[in-house]
Amino acid sequence: MTIAGEFRDWQLATVAAVRDETPSVRTIAFTLPEWSGHLAGQHVDVRLTAEDGYQAERSYSIASAAEQAAQMEITVERIANGEVSTYLTGELRVGDTLEIRGPIGGYFTWRPSTQAPLMLIAGGSGVVPLMSMLRTRDRSAMRAPAALLYSAGKRDGVIYRVELDRLAAKNDGLPVTYTLTRESPTDWQGETGRVDERMLKTHAIPAELRPVVFVCGPTLFVEAVAEHLLRLGHVESAIKTERFGPTGERS
Amino acid sequence: MPVTRGFKRGQGSAETPRERIPPGQFVTPEFPVLTAGPTQHTPLERWSLSLQHDGRVIASWNWTQFTALPQTERAADIHCVTKWSKFDTRWRGVTFDDLMKAAGLEAQVTPYVMAHCDGGYTTNVPVADLRYGKGMIGTHFDDQPLAPAHGGPARLLVPHLYFWKSAKWIRSLEFIATNAPGFWESMGYHLYGDPWREQRYTGDP
Repeated sequence: MTIAGEFRDWQLATVAAVRDETPSVRTIAFTLPEWSGHLAGQHVDVRLTAEDGYQAERSYSIASAAEQAAQMEITVERIANGEVSTYLTGELRVGDTLEIRGPIGGYFTWRPSTQAPLMLIAGGSGVVPLMSMLRTRDRSAMRAPAALLYSAGKRDGVIYRVELDRLAAKNDGLPVTYTLTRESPTDWQGETGRVDERMLKTHAIPAELRPVVFVCGPTLFVEAVAEHLLRLGHVESAIKTERFGPTGERS
Repeated sequence: MPVTRGFKRGQGSAETPRERIPPGQFVTPEFPVLTAGPTQHTPLERWSLSLQHDGRVIASWNWTQFTALPQTERAADIHCVTKWSKFDTRWRGVTFDDLMKAAGLEAQVTPYVMAHCDGGYTTNVPVADLRYGKGMIGTHFDDQPLAPAHGGPARLLVPHLYFWKSAKWIRSLEFIATNAPGFWESMGYHLYGDPWREQRYTGDP
């Protein structure tokens, strides 16, 4: 297992598979010459080089499970005018190569040996590093109680919907709640509206159970959720956040 | 450099002057927020900034005293290790030089400082990177009091290093004799963090 703190050089990764998750979100699986796993929640740096030598780098959260060493997956949301995300979600094909560095990050990470309950709160593509945690949990013998509260704009924008429903249906202590903020379909069974204190009281693991809470999403989403959590009695040190702005291209 | 098939420079980045953008960075007009935990909200009446050494407080200012210190304006390009850079940010605050002067310190106490912040965040910076106008405590951004999400009421500003060194919600600068990693520096990020040498992660040359 590579741990944070080691020097990691760029390596040439090969695209092994691509999978469209939603109309604007694609998962890309890579094989890498050197990859000995990662911690759930870590990210990689991606570097693209144009024929004229121009290079662009971005960071993307790892989506695959920590123990899955043969292939590493990222999930990328296309950002309007984003030169890297547009390429990755459009032009990139199986067999293409690009440079990858990582895994990176030692704070927004979760290990399956953690005994505290795992509360995950996602906004949009902020679900990606949290999905790595849930996949890691699912492959682990020790399944800490967990819950996911996932805010998406529209129903067809929910990433990993089929897999999340399957994980929740195992009834092994992982309730999954979706909330839609930009539509309210008549046959929708989940929540609608922004994540607020009422929704957290109903669907989040309560502060008394001392969960470790990971919140990932756009800046304003994370700011609002973190404030609600503090008011509900969660301790500051147990709330780990990762924010991305409209042009941050993180996740 | 291995060429990535089919990748072309985007329209937005064509206008970016290359000598102004460190390797691996892209320019954004936004001001993204990256923080490990919740935003801190310390009321001004409970706020203070101190210089410390060996467990002793050398100097301390409450908000009223601090804002009475000489004010300096500066413009700077800032570079976040998560790859975005923002040009021409405008700040106001108190330079490290003026803090030293106000504290009656002629020479540097030790070669390094550890910045301590509300919420427990820390980061290490060489004193040489703060002196002669290089570092300041910023309280205003674009002529407005610095918003809590961006580190208000006061953040460290060391714009020639990656922006995690510009610690939000700063409350004290502790002089330390030996360099030591702060929060991100002990989580895999570089001990110094020069964007022009792309010192992002531990071990980067």
